[in-house]
Amino acid sequence: MKIVLKILRFQPDKAAEPYFEKFEVEADPGSRLLDALVHIQRRIDPTLALRKSCGHGVCGSDAMVINGKERLACKTLVKDAAGGEGAEVTIEPLRSLPVLRDLIVKQDRFFETYRSVKPFLIEGDEPPERERLQSPDEHRKIDEATDCILCAACYSACPVVQTVNPEFIGPAAVVQAFRFQEDSRDRGFEERLAVLDRPNGVWPCENRFECTRVCPRGIKVTKHINLTKKHITEFRGGRGEKKAGT
Amino acid sequence: MTEPKRHRFDAVIVGAGGAGLYAALRAGLKVRTAVLSKVHPLRSHTGAAQGGIGAALGNVEEDKPEWHAFDTVKGGDYLSDQKASLLLADEAVRAVIDLEHRGLPFNRTPDGRIDQRRFGGHTRNFGEAAVRRSCYAGDRTGHMILQTLYQQCIKNDVTFFDEFYALDVILDGRECAGVTAVDLATGDTHLFEARAVLLATGGFGRMFRTTSNAHANTGDGPAILARRGVALEDMEFFQFHPTGLRGLGILISEAVRGEGGVLRNRGGERFMEKYTPKLLDLAPRDIVSRAIVTELREGRGVRGDGTGDDYVVLDATTIGRETLEAKLPDITGFCRTYLGIDPSETPIPVQPTAHYAMGGIPTDEFGRVLAGDGADHFNGLYAAGECACVSVHGANRLGTNSLVDLVVFGRRAGDHVADYAAGAGAAAVREDEVKAAVEIVERLRRPGGRPGPEPEALRGRLERVMMEKVGIYRSGAAMAEAVEELKGLRRDYQNIRVGDRARAFNLQTLDILELGNLLDLALITAASALNRRESRGAHSREDFPGRDDVNWLKHTMARLEGERVSIGEKPVDISIWKPVERKY
Repeated sequence: MKIVLKILRFQPDKAAEPYFEKFEVEADPGSRLLDALVHIQRRIDPTLALRKSCGHGVCGSDAMVINGKERLACKTLVKDAAGGEGAEVTIEPLRSLPVLRDLIVKQDRFFETYRSVKPFLIEGDEPPERERLQSPDEHRKIDEATDCILCAACYSACPVVQTVNPEFIGPAAVVQAFRFQEDSRDRGFEERLAVLDRPNGVWPCENRFECTRVCPRGIKVTKHINLTKKHITEFRGGRGEKKAGT
Repeated sequence: MTEPKRHRFDAVIVGAGGAGLYAALRAGLKVRTAVLSKVHPLRSHTGAAQGGIGAALGNVEEDKPEWHAFDTVKGGDYLSDQKASLLLADEAVRAVIDLEHRGLPFNRTPDGRIDQRRFGGHTRNFGEAAVRRSCYAGDRTGHMILQTLYQQCIKNDVTFFDEFYALDVILDGRECAGVTAVDLATGDTHLFEARAVLLATGGFGRMFRTTSNAHANTGDGPAILARRGVALEDMEFFQFHPTGLRGLGILISEAVRGEGGVLRNRGGERFMEKYTPKLLDLAPRDIVSRAIVTELREGRGVRGDGTGDDYVVLDATTIGRETLEAKLPDITGFCRTYLGIDPSETPIPVQPTAHYAMGGIPTDEFGRVLAGDGADHFNGLYAAGECACVSVHGANRLGTNSLVDLVVFGRRAGDHVADYAAGAGAAAVREDEVKAAVEIVERLRRPGGRPGPEPEALRGRLERVMMEKVGIYRSGAAMAEAVEELKGLRRDYQNIRVGDRARAFNLQTLDILELGNLLDLALITAASALNRRESRGAHSREDFPGRDDVNWLKHTMARLEGERVSIGEKPVDISIWKPVERKY
């Protein structure tokens, strides 16, 4: 089927401002939107810049805004993005991150928020000879959060980061923190509170659910944020402490 | 020409997948280490590995490393170096426990230990029956390993240079002095002086039209060394995974068969019964892929026409929706997303897909790159992971053995890199080497003498010739044609020039450099395959259908010399188990 990709270009060596450019392509309805973008970059306009790798939704490279919604280009089929023959598909880079070239954004801030929550196992004691035990139920608790591929779709979609508080650590960082805070083997709960329980930590979330709506891994992001808030509240309450800033 | 930015480290690792990251964790404990990766580390292809990591933990059934090692050797059709395979199996147990200690969220048994499941070619007691050896995290084991190792790198303050593409290594005879790379964000060339360089650049499935591999898997490390005159080992052995999603090549893990999935032809027949009556659908991958192609050729594919579009089905309907969601959620997702089918209700259309390079940069068991056809090695030059060839996988790799290869040999190489770099003096960096590296990119920007060919036309022909003539079933005549075609493509490649003039994120330049790597490796692969006049493991020839230990029980060492590939050999370590006919 014929589709028109309307792409928000940014070519700083040529023009100071972003501009839309349309490309008409012939694409198999069951093929991936990524394939159409690669086709344009390889056969029509070599200056089109985008990130890509696995092509099947596991690496997180090609998160972008497609028809106004954050998605992975390799998990979006042409027939789902294009309404019908000749339909237009609007493609823009992720939001809230500086655009470097076309669909490539500067990810430093996003990964900074991730690193800030100490996203690694904090052990309490020397490990045993064999594996630490963990029950299937305990494993199930973190199973969804471990799925996060750090694609930044949720960070881009978050209205709080966009317009309310750009310093908010954002949904992905909280999910990554949750993954460890709730891991039965981790002992770093209090250590991470310094980052989570502060004005730009977990509290700015307003339950807008955009993160949950866009997560390509189907993680119930908002739920994880709320569980994290709850855990912190209970922890502080249990100690007679106040939460640091809501 | 701008002066390249210079850095000095003790050790530089190229590639941030499982092997590179594990090596960085070990080397970083002792020496100043930097990791260069052309994609952000979390985008590395280790993250796509699904089924599991094999180790004889014996948590669910009795198991021993010796049995694992034997299965590996037999799986490799007796081309695996046996002591190295035993090393892999022995250290696998500690490696898996170490990953768990670092936080890897394995699936668990009811009593809280790491759960294990069946996988192709893994048996108890030297082939008696299938054994539960694969430790797994859903069908996302690679994702969990990649994430866990990256988390640990953050914890240990590893220095990363993200989106840096390696151009060349700096060699002074047998001494490695560093590596040059281009910063993709700016287009600037950087020089990393180092006492030790470890290449962990992954596989090169992108030589083939239908592949499970990411776009980034273009064999940069092996290609760089091949152009430096280093002989690559066993390049003819490229594994086709039997079950890729029809048309797309997206991997559908062997774990589906491990959980009870069954391959069926157009008659609904469980055809593996005819080929491997004992292991059935859990036979090693080369055997299953050939069985599928045979079924297709004999008209028993679903379409019945035996064309490249024909396929068989993987019937997972008996596994049950609950188990599919709990243990195989990702592949369930792939089926829904890409084919609009629910695997609990509809059998999955599958075709073999180019998946894994058994061959690559020859190393010893410490990851040191070998020079010449013997055991002599370079100083300060290492390789680990899929790009390396120890050889543990021999002529065919068993499922779950790649993840364990990454962790075991990534670790060993990292340790050796650290010891070597701590003690070594710096090798000299010759300025002409640095200029040559800058020239690699500059040449592409300069107008050529004649109009260059379209890179995409070259890419299309490369992928097709490899898929059709150096694929699952090979023949001398077709491979000889392939060698000539590839030589022609490489000549045409010299005239390609870059049209995009920007410096920042110039993907066209990257694409063209990667295409050059694929062309070099494809020629070496085709020449090695043409040379080996027998069938063994994944290398299957219709004109030489039998295995010939008398003449061919040896590793192939293929050296790129301009347009030609000269073939040498290296003995196989068969010191533990006597090679016999491989039957399952």
